[in-house]
This record gives sequence, C-alpha cells and structure tokens, in this order.
Amino acid sequence: MAASSIKRDDSSELEPGKYSIQREGNQVHLAGDLRMADAGAIWIELTATTKNERGGEIAFELSKVHYVDGSVMALLVELRADLASRGVKAELVGASDRIEPLIDLYAGHEGPTRRKKRKPEGTIAHFGRATAETIEEGRSILDFIGNMVMAARTILRRPRSAHWSDIPRLAEKTGADAVPITLLINILVGFVMAFQSARQLKTYGANIYVADLVGISLTRELAPLMTAIIVCGRSGAAYAAEIGSMKVNEEVDAIRTLGLSPFAWLGFPRITALLIVVPILTILSDVVGIFGGLAVGALDLDITPIGYLNETAKAVRGWDVMTGLIKSFCFAVAIGFIACQQGFAASGGAEGVGRRTTSTVVTSLFAIVLIDTLFTVIFRFFNV
Amino acid sequence: MSNSPNSQRPPAPGSPISVRPPRKIAPPRNARATMVSVKDLSIGWGDKVLQEHLNFEVARGEVFGILGGSGAGKSTLLRFLIGLETPLAGEIDVAGRGTPDLTKGLPPFGVMFQAGALFGSLTVGENVALPLEEWTKLPPDAIAAIARAKLRLVGLDGSSDKFPSELSGGMKKRAAIARALALEPEIVFLDEPSAGLDPVTSADLDELIKTLSKTLGLTVVIVTHELESIFAIADRVIMIDRETKTIIAMGPPKDLRNSEDQRVRDFFNRTPKGS
Repeated sequence: MAASSIKRDDSSELEPGKYSIQREGNQVHLAGDLRMADAGAIWIELTATTKNERGGEIAFELSKVHYVDGSVMALLVELRADLASRGVKAELVGASDRIEPLIDLYAGHEGPTRRKKRKPEGTIAHFGRATAETIEEGRSILDFIGNMVMAARTILRRPRSAHWSDIPRLAEKTGADAVPITLLINILVGFVMAFQSARQLKTYGANIYVADLVGISLTRELAPLMTAIIVCGRSGAAYAAEIGSMKVNEEVDAIRTLGLSPFAWLGFPRITALLIVVPILTILSDVVGIFGGLAVGALDLDITPIGYLNETAKAVRGWDVMTGLIKSFCFAVAIGFIACQQGFAASGGAEGVGRRTTSTVVTSLFAIVLIDTLFTVIFRFFNV
Repeated sequence: MSNSPNSQRPPAPGSPISVRPPRKIAPPRNARATMVSVKDLSIGWGDKVLQEHLNFEVARGEVFGILGGSGAGKSTLLRFLIGLETPLAGEIDVAGRGTPDLTKGLPPFGVMFQAGALFGSLTVGENVALPLEEWTKLPPDAIAAIARAKLRLVGLDGSSDKFPSELSGGMKKRAAIARALALEPEIVFLDEPSAGLDPVTSADLDELIKTLSKTLGLTVVIVTHELESIFAIADRVIMIDRETKTIIAMGPPKDLRNSEDQRVRDFFNRTPKGS
C-alpha cells in the first residue's frame, strides 16, 4: 500500500486546538486536539484517505492525540464500522490512558455493529399499507358511531351521564365568539354577490332583481355554507384538538375510570352546542348578507332601501329560509361528529393531535359540500 | 492491535446501559474550573418570590443535585439556570455565559426535560441530529454517524428510526440525554431523570449519568427528589425550602443525612411530618 500524506500540521509542533492526520502505509496517525469544531474536516479527510480500502487491515494510531471529544470519537468508531463492511479490519491503537476510557465508552474496541439499512417501501407495500390504514380508519369511524349510539342509550336512561352544564361554555365559544367573523364574512358575501350580478342585471334593466338573487342564494345556499365553513375551521378544529389532547394525556381514560362514557361526557355536549349555535349563526348570516346586497343596491343600482327590502320579502319564502336551516342542522351534526371522532382517534402526542385537527377540517369541509349537494338535488327533485 | 480488557458489547435497545469502571478523561486544555456560579439569585414572577438569596457554585466534572420538597421550586430554579426565565435579582453564570445571553446563540449546555420533550414529528435519530444540523457544518453522513453513536452510548442502538411515541418512558429519557449530549456540551441539566421509572431502569439511568460524568468529565446539574439516585450519583447537593424560600443545606448527601437541621434530616431519612 503506497504511503500517502494528508498532513495538516506538524504534530510535534501542534498548538492547542490544532490537529493533524497523516497516512503512512496501513497506519493513519492522528495527533493534537480532535474537537467537534473540526469534526467535519476530520471526517472528510478520514473518509477520503480510506475510501479505496478493500480488505486488509488499517490502524488509527492515536498516541499523539492530546484530546478527543465524543463527536470525533463517534466518527472514528463509525468509520471503523464502515471499513468493516468493506472487509477492512480497522483498529484504534496507541491511545493514552486519558483517551482509552472514551474509546471504551463509544465501544471503539468492540466488533463493529452492522447497520441495517431501511429499505425504501415498494409500490405494493405502499399500496398495502395505505389500504390497511384506510380499513383501520373505517373501523375507527364505525367504532365511534357504535360508541355514540351506546352513549345515546345511556343518556336516555340516565340524562345526567352527559356533561350538559358544559353546553353554555361551549355555545359561547362556538357561537357568541364567532359572531363578529361570521357577520363580517357574510355581509361581504352578500355585497360581492350583488356587485357581481349588478352589471348583468343592469344591462337588461332588471336592477331590482338583485334583491331576489341575493336573498334566495343567501338563505338557501350561501349563508348556511359560509357559516358552516367558519364553524368548521374555528370550532371543529378546536374540538378535535381539545379531545385529542385529552386522549393523549389519558384524560379520556380517566373519564372512563370514573364510570362515565367519554362519548356522552365530551361528545354529546359539543354536538348539542353546535346544533344550537349553527342555525342561529345561519339566521344572522342571512340577515347581514341581505344587508350587504342592500348596500350595493342603494349605492350602485339606485334602488331605495325600502324597495330593496320589499323585493327581498316578496322573493324569499319561509321555506327558503327553512331549507337553509335544515342544511345548517345537518352541517352542525357533521362537524360535531367528525371533530369528536377525529379527537377520540388521536394518538402519538402533539404530532398526532395536529394530524387529527387537520384531518377534521379537511373531512368536515368535504362533508359540508357533499351534504349541501345532496340537499340541493333533493330539494330540486321535490321542487321545494 | 488488541482488544481492551474493559471492552464489552454495546447494549441492545432497551437493555441495561453498559457499566464500566469509570476512568476520567483529561479536560480540554483551556478548561474552566467553575461551571456554574449563582450569586444572590432571586427567582419568581412579578411580586411572587419563589426563592431568594441563592448562592452556590458547581465545579467542573461534578454531579450536583438540586433537592427540595414538592413545590419548593426545583424545576423552576432549573428553568432560570438555563436562561428560560429572567431572574428577579442576582447573577447566573453558566460556562462563562450569564443571563440574558445564556440562550442567545448556541447554549453552552444540554438539557433533558422531565418528560423528554422529544419532537414527536421527528424520529429519535432526527431528534439527536437536529442540533448538529442547526449548529455545525458537518456533512450529513457524519451527522447521522454521530447521532447513531450518541444513541448507542445511551443504550438505544437500533431505535434511531423509531418515533418518540413508540418509546417507553425510560427510553424517551435516554433519547433526550443523547440529544442533550449531541453538541458535546461541558455541562448538562437533567430535570427529574428518574421520575416515573421502575427501579432497574432508574438505576441504569443513574449509572449512565455517573459514567458520562466520570468518563467525559461532564458536569451534571440534576433536579430530583429520588433519594436513591441522589446517594448513587450526586457529589454535592443543595436543598431548597418552600417555607424559608432559600437554601437550607449544602454538601455531600451522606453528610446531610445527619444534618443538624430537622427539615434536612427528615427529608433524607423520609420521616413523615409530625412524627
């Protein structure tokens, strides 16, 4: 083996904090202070000088090493294992009594341990795992529904088994605290709808029908939809995070050990709170959305406020408002069910709770749009 | 090229940590003698003073215990020592750095929090590699090598790809120690390392701390109220008191067992109140 030298410094004249690496035959001489600050350079030099080794022996000679810290020792031990995988017998030799304990601590004299490299997951394995996860998620949803049915039975027999006194607090957080943002968004929705349709209707001299368009669209479709989206983002996510944190902190188990059903104790009050506040928020949204349209009518279409409101009253039937309310009840149930199910399914600490919270929002949004579509088709089918 | 007489196989994951007769390695040439210096320290928040007039020093390579009853402020004192809170009064110096500069830039210490505080979204190996990635310019393969070696050091060889949620309480604490040691700090702070562990795992952890201290010359500041751990590993301790709001005893634990102060004797002899 040809001698090569990658000398950084003359070891006999090394100042404190300096190091040198020198290759002579099958010996690599290390000297000076081997510290973490130089670990990158030391690693690069050592791997470069040993990269072509195949079979044989090599010794890392440490007699002139004054100080070595754990990181550099870890690298030396790791390099030794890497060389062993290429059939090279590598040893750390000549270390002083001061360095020897560190070699022992990092198992530098042990037989190198073979590293098991994790194989990347194949397509079939990936498909199988994804399928298994989907089945498990489905089972978890069915399990939750079953538990909620059992909890409902328990509540019917013993109403006190649910934490009803929590409903005012939950309703306040879900409803009253959400009023400003819900009103603001819905007034803007009414405003934008009226503004977008105004130009088209003006062309045909049908300015007044802006009131019909805004009123019917809002009460039947947009107000319940926008309200549900806001509640899903605010409260659905909060419910999932709250229950999920309780689950990973074993508070849900504690409820169980007190002889209570966590589904009755935590789930039902939340769903009930949503059933109360979402329809109320929807009605408020209907009203402010109409006023958003009225603003455009008065400012851009020369319609008097009284005229606009009269036209809205003529166009919007009680049933239009009712269809929106029916949807809002269903949205509330969907958000509550999904948030609680995801919360109860949380595991694995903060990361698991975060994953379930995200999943709550995405699943709830999908469910809201799906329910809206179904009701729109059903109402159309029955011509109501 | 002969094997060391003290050599033994690396521990399997979850197995007891290797126990070797500790021999001390020489400190770096520019080593400081005092690693922690606390002068007239008062801790608390706003008007609420938790502890005051705290004075103590921790020497290099020492295993130093902070003791006290529940609610005395042991863990809170640790938070002040590592710069997470600002003292009401007094000075803290850790490895030459004082508040408020303690947590600015790379801290001169490693910390193991009571529950481990491992990042749940990262694997154990990634947890240990994180400080190396953030604070060094080491190539990725060197970082991975150091992370593996640190985990092997604490008996978690083979757990690198696991997530913290897959580990037991003791394994989490060991992984947290590996992360605390990643940047080769000269001092580590450990908050209740033995709390909630079974006696064997607790003894393993004590042995690991002792070995690291003796072999690496590591300074260890440990908050605990586990008497067995204190007697097993601590060179010196302070005991803080909730009532008097200051240090009521300082010295080697064996000496304090026979302290003239009734409260200290009661603590060390596990004497119930009022007996």
